[in-house]
Amino acid sequence: MITLNALIGICLAYVAFLFGIAFFAERAARRGRVRWLRSPLIYTLSLSIYCTAWTFYGAVGSAARTGFEYLTIYLGPSLVLVGWWWVLRKMVRIGRSQRITSVADLVSSRYGKSNTLAICVTILAVIGTTPYIALQLQSVTLSFEVFANRGAEGQNTEYTALWLAVGLALFTVIFGTRNLDANERHHGVVMAIAVESIVKLAALLAVGVFVVWGVSGGVASTLEQIDASRLGEWQMNGGRWVGLTMLSAAAFLCLPRMFQVLVVENDDENHLRTASWAFPLYLMAMSLFVVPIAVTGLSLLPEGANPDLFVLTVPMALGQEQLAVLSVLGGFSSATSMVIVAAIALSTMVSNHIVMPIWLRFTGGGAAMSGDVRNVVLLSRRVSIAGIVMLGYLYYSLSGGGVALAAIGLVSFVGVSQVLPAMLGGLFWRGATRAGALAGLTVGFVIWLYTLYLPSFATGALVSDAVLQDGPFGIGWLRPQALFGIEGLDPLLHAMLWSMAFNTVAFFAASLASFPSPLERLQGAQFVNVFQLSGGPRSWSGGVAQTEDLMIMSQRIMGSDDAQRLFSAEARRQGVRGDLPEPTPDFLETLERELAGSVGAATAHAMVEQIVGGTSVSVEDLMAVADETAQLMEYSARLEAQSQELARTALQLREANAKLTRLSVQKDAFLSQISHELRTPMTSIRAFSEILRDSTGLTGAEQSKYASIIHDEAIRLTRLLDDLLDLSVLENGQVSLNLREGTLADVLDRAAAAAAAADDVPGLSIRRDDAAEQVMLHTDLDRLAQVFINLIANARKYCDADRPELTIRVAAQGGELRIDFIDNGSGVSPEAQDVIFEKFARVSDQKAGGAGLGLAICREIMTRLGGEIAYLRGQRGAAFRVTLPAHLAMAAQ
Amino acid sequence: MSDDPDAGDPRPPLFLERQSYRRRRLRDAARALPVLGMLLWLVPVIWPTGPGTGQGTGVTSSSALIYIFGVWALLAGAAALLSLRLRSEEGERRG
Repeated sequence: MITLNALIGICLAYVAFLFGIAFFAERAARRGRVRWLRSPLIYTLSLSIYCTAWTFYGAVGSAARTGFEYLTIYLGPSLVLVGWWWVLRKMVRIGRSQRITSVADLVSSRYGKSNTLAICVTILAVIGTTPYIALQLQSVTLSFEVFANRGAEGQNTEYTALWLAVGLALFTVIFGTRNLDANERHHGVVMAIAVESIVKLAALLAVGVFVVWGVSGGVASTLEQIDASRLGEWQMNGGRWVGLTMLSAAAFLCLPRMFQVLVVENDDENHLRTASWAFPLYLMAMSLFVVPIAVTGLSLLPEGANPDLFVLTVPMALGQEQLAVLSVLGGFSSATSMVIVAAIALSTMVSNHIVMPIWLRFTGGGAAMSGDVRNVVLLSRRVSIAGIVMLGYLYYSLSGGGVALAAIGLVSFVGVSQVLPAMLGGLFWRGATRAGALAGLTVGFVIWLYTLYLPSFATGALVSDAVLQDGPFGIGWLRPQALFGIEGLDPLLHAMLWSMAFNTVAFFAASLASFPSPLERLQGAQFVNVFQLSGGPRSWSGGVAQTEDLMIMSQRIMGSDDAQRLFSAEARRQGVRGDLPEPTPDFLETLERELAGSVGAATAHAMVEQIVGGTSVSVEDLMAVADETAQLMEYSARLEAQSQELARTALQLREANAKLTRLSVQKDAFLSQISHELRTPMTSIRAFSEILRDSTGLTGAEQSKYASIIHDEAIRLTRLLDDLLDLSVLENGQVSLNLREGTLADVLDRAAAAAAAADDVPGLSIRRDDAAEQVMLHTDLDRLAQVFINLIANARKYCDADRPELTIRVAAQGGELRIDFIDNGSGVSPEAQDVIFEKFARVSDQKAGGAGLGLAICREIMTRLGGEIAYLRGQRGAAFRVTLPAHLAMAAQ
Repeated sequence: MSDDPDAGDPRPPLFLERQSYRRRRLRDAARALPVLGMLLWLVPVIWPTGPGTGQGTGVTSSSALIYIFGVWALLAGAAALLSLRLRSEEGERRG
């Protein structure tokens, strides 16, 4: 026979085992081995904190009393998970992208990071959860009492609840506030509750299997027994069936502890996929044997036995001590895991939304002051955890346990469900506003308090009988359990119906009537369109912030290592030297989100605001929120512009490529030309010098003839080389100009004469305009003459008319002096016009007069002189325009 | 840009290629499943109950249990199937 002391010993050993698991998991996580810690299976198992001791023991009790109603508590969450694609997927995505730390944080963050809302939700959560914690303490105490009362000595179990509370607070403090993680994840705790969830499922299944196969003799006979029992026929209040299913679904989404494991501790969105079928299966397994156990208990145990403890007392009555201990451990697991996670979730909310804002206010503008915020946060968390667990204990000891407490589970469900309209509205409706959320929450909360929570205490404790019977001050239609005179409803359904209805209506109406602030609208867009928008809104006006202050503050929240890593990574990204990045809006946004992971969105926002000095929502941000269509249009317009630009660039590239190809061909031609040009004179020089050397008996006339041939050829070579040299000097900009004054007419005269002398082909007549040529020039006259000579010589060489004629026109226009050289030949073909000014260009090969350097030299000269030379299109023959800037030309005096 | 249809194409195309079409329908199935479950679990509401239904006329507890748990298993199985299909679709998309 197992005594109470032995049981306590077993429980302590079990607790030590859990400590070990949590410790081991923490260590593994710190070594980076988080993969197996973060499998979808662990995630699914951690969700099972939904099944508390209230459901572990209470489901059987409920089944024994009221039949199948207990199922509704499991059906709702099953539907929520099967329908994960609707709500949970979005919630988890938002939770991860906005670094949400709790339900209160979600609501506050959605409605413009409003701390008022966060405080409301926190208070609601604390009021709703405290009795629930008391319930857990009670169920463990009751299960211990079963063992205690059996012993002859009647051991005292008075302090069980207290010791349990102290132990739980200790465990939670140790593993729940171990680190102020930016992700707010607790590997040790999650691992421990995953193990606990296996234990409680195994315990319930073991008892169930024992009852079905060990006691009743198989499935068929069990079903027969069920039909033959008091529960033999389907008895169900349809309203409660539907209402409780909906209620449990709503509570599943809103309970702080469920939010903690569903969203905050979620590591990978894909885990939801697995949980979507695995968790309903888990719930099914949990509820599978409830009715058989209840039926067996009813038939086996004497009248008046507490059906809430059938899971424990049935195996005990049949002498299965080990099974009974396992069942105690299952109940113990259910209770402890719920209390631990609830305490963590609530303490996060309390410290982030109540303690931190107060602390910030009292330390004034001191977010950048000395002192470690991390310690403040951790301390406030620890105190909150202890406070919450102790509050649960106080509630338990004051209420004295009993049936009143057992009913509190559903009451608490209705309470936390008041968050649902604001939460779902915030996730799916852009029009939901802070005022709406506040109104809905307040109205729902007040109605819940009045119609359900206060009357749930022992009759006459908080609400007097008179008020319950006749309403406050005798106003009949305000009776707490029959609002507006609608009587006969189940009190729970009544409260749920009215509170949710008024909550939703108030939320909707106030949202419609109010106008959201810019930050609210930004956050609203971020939440509702979380799958569309990838980047965050830029809400900080940068530049004002002092990076150093930010650094100091972040170090105190995130720890110096993490903060420095974040800052230097950002500095590297920005390409800034040193460790301090510029406080760009992007960076501030990132930083705020990182901080929000530790202290919640509202506090992080407030802290950054203290340093930066204010948010600014730019016009672009509003544009982005107001009209994403405009954004998209802008985007596509930009794309279009880019593609046009690309097309233009490609065209230019093609043109350049064609030109390069032509130039390359010409260069090859030029090279062969120039070698030919060099070789011809060289050959004759060599030949004649050999004759002079080897032949004796040459006459004097012959000698002088040969020598003069050699001399002429050498001059030709020199000229060619001079041209090349001239060009390279001009191109390198090493030329020095010899500036003088003279008239254009003189320069042209010289050029015409020189050109005529250089070439002895007669016949080019030059038509000039003497009057217009009387322009004074201040420039390098020799270089200018060189250009003119070249142009005239070209006309002489290439003009293919029968009677070649060159017209030189001079005109001063628009601050420029233009000198046009137009001949009456066939001109330059359009494809050649591009390249005639290039170095190796020659229009045609047949008149190989020069090396193709003339025009290139001309262009270089004109560039040096500050003017330009261009081919003039649209004339009948070849036409060149020389342009000189006006300051070089003065009208003749 | 990702080719996630949720990524917000300004003008969604009128017709989709076969694979994306299947993916969308899988999502529709995932959305419809809880509705189906709700409807099936609402059936017990219309079962005859109350003091008037004496022995033998009402629905026996065993058949009620079998029905409810049957629906449960069905839903979990369907959800598992859908989640596997959705996962492999995503895997193909990424790979």
